[in-house]
Amino acid sequence: MATYDDERIGELLRALPPAPTGWVEAAQELPLVRGSLDAIVARAEADVAFRQALVADLDSALALEGYEPDRRVLDELKRRFSAS
Amino acid sequence: MSQLSALSDAELVQRCRAGSTDAWNELVERFSRYVYAVCTRGFRLSEDDAEDVFQEVFTRVFTHLDTLRNDAALRPWIAQLTRRLCLDSIQKGGREQASAEPLAEDLAADLEEIDEAFTVREAMTSLSDACKEILDRFFARDQSYRTISEELDIPSGTIASRIARCLSKLRIELEGRSEPPDVSRK
Repeated sequence: MATYDDERIGELLRALPPAPTGWVEAAQELPLVRGSLDAIVARAEADVAFRQALVADLDSALALEGYEPDRRVLDELKRRFSAS
Repeated sequence: MSQLSALSDAELVQRCRAGSTDAWNELVERFSRYVYAVCTRGFRLSEDDAEDVFQEVFTRVFTHLDTLRNDAALRPWIAQLTRRLCLDSIQKGGREQASAEPLAEDLAADLEEIDEAFTVREAMTSLSDACKEILDRFFARDQSYRTISEELDIPSGTIASRIARCLSKLRIELEGRSEPPDVSRK
């Protein structure tokens, strides 16, 4: 059984400071980000013209259709559609 | 402090799989300090690299949560994933290491301490919200008695004794655990 004194507990509590708020919030937004990505990918799979536009010029195609995805979605889209 | 914080890791995973964004928020909250500490204190990544690894860890957890065979094994899974991505980041960056062996020893000791610290934080969930708050502010957030007094609206003269009482409760909770909860919270 582990034994602790108050000083040691204090040291261990100090060892885990909070992560920067922005990092935590960005990670918590992942379900929203994923939803946005899935919506764009689903449309690209169903709409040949949209898919071709994404492959030709991803940023312009998204802007033209009113999408404003965040950087993580853009990175993933670039990875998927530049390879296709 | 939300009620979700009382859930075991396995229960939390099940709720995340069911699509609960509140559960996902709790999962990130629960492991964010651990992942952050492994990146910055353990592997000593730069802020930029640490942020990249931090986001990649949670992206992979979110994406691959369905592949976790044992829901109670969330903690070791995240630990392993974080360490692997930190190593990848170091290799990608080509960080120079004049002497790898002492660094490896330091790393092992730091990671062991971070794991132990995580166990202490888990034990904190059994304390009252008031105790969790004051211990977190004083130790993890390094706030002064004055700041704690002002923000929690309690007399500064009572803070030391409150901290001592809360530490005592936490020590009792820790010593009541037969062994460190290495794999699951319950």
